Amino acid sequence: MWQGLYQELKDRNFIVIAIALDSCGADAVRQWIRATEPTPPPMLELMGWGERERAAAGAPTYPCLIDEKHVVAELYNIVNVPMAVWIDERGRIVRPTESAGASDAFRKLNRADFSLPPDASAQAKAARTSYFDAIRDWVIKGERSAYALGADAARDRVAGITGQDARAITLFRLGQYLFAHGHRADALEYLAEARRLRPESWAIARQSWEIEEAGKAAGPDFWAAVQALGDRPYYPPAKL
Amino acid sequence: MSIAILHDRREYQAADALAEGDNLWLGLDDLRAASGWELKPEGACMGERCVPIPPGREAEFLRDGGRRFNLAALARLLGNPIAHDDRHGVWAFGAAPAERNQSLRTLEAPDFTLPDLDGRMHSLADYKGMKRLLMAWASW
Repeated sequence: MWQGLYQELKDRNFIVIAIALDSCGADAVRQWIRATEPTPPPMLELMGWGERERAAAGAPTYPCLIDEKHVVAELYNIVNVPMAVWIDERGRIVRPTESAGASDAFRKLNRADFSLPPDASAQAKAARTSYFDAIRDWVIKGERSAYALGADAARDRVAGITGQDARAITLFRLGQYLFAHGHRADALEYLAEARRLRPESWAIARQSWEIEEAGKAAGPDFWAAVQALGDRPYYPPAKL
Repeated sequence: MSIAILHDRREYQAADALAEGDNLWLGLDDLRAASGWELKPEGACMGERCVPIPPGREAEFLRDGGRRFNLAALARLLGNPIAHDDRHGVWAFGAAPAERNQSLRTLEAPDFTLPDLDGRMHSLADYKGMKRLLMAWASW
């Protein structure tokens, strides 16, 4: 779906660089990048893709990179997906890491029949549309766009990490390394500890669940954790 | 014993390391290859930056007549988190939170290099001069 936006804007000196945070590597992501079957419509609705995006869908021609070690997550403090960062021509961050058009509408999903109430469907679409419109504005107007933040405003939005976060990131890296080297059982202990120390990072939690068992990232543990958020957002909305 | 050392983005196998409890003693060549730190008369140095060994604490940092250096002691001094698995001989050293936060607040987009599906490598810097939307997603 990002392909449609990219196609629309690519002649304006703009590129999308997709980063798949996936410890299981190319095999885990191939079917998503080079889809052999169309995404089911309820899934598209859940993700807020409207008619315009669906009509322009296609296989990505922008770079789709695979980040098995979550290097980019560490460098840019990415704690969930989809999240995005805007980087200008000179390599300056003009919008730090934030939710990329996603919304909490999925929390209203009826998981028995995969249906979404109309208000949730509208919420998903509105989040997607406003984010895409902001990108269009930036690409066309550059630094004159109200969405391209000045240095002070951008710096104010940079979320820092705590000592405990840093420890969780290090344990996650150790767990990942052990997993990649065939020591799955030992890896899981470190990953669980990382998850415990940094519950705010859904990227750590869901990746480590997925390493434990395929599908667990979207299983009962995930839904229980989302439920436990109560009034707090899963995707803090991008402040556009 | 052979120890795998994960330090910043480096991964290095140190053939002759001594892991003792929370200390990791490395020969000076291994120290440099694993971490980028070098032992100089001023202390432990990386590029322009030198960290003096705290006076009176030399034994925590150096042994075997100065031929081995304790990378874990330096990490503790600098506030870098450490995690190690002794069963498989793996030590991970993370970024200190203050340092990471400072670099995030410079608003300079840090470079990285990663493969695409065909194994071709791409760096963020390859796309310099363009507006770049860095978008993280996952299959899970």
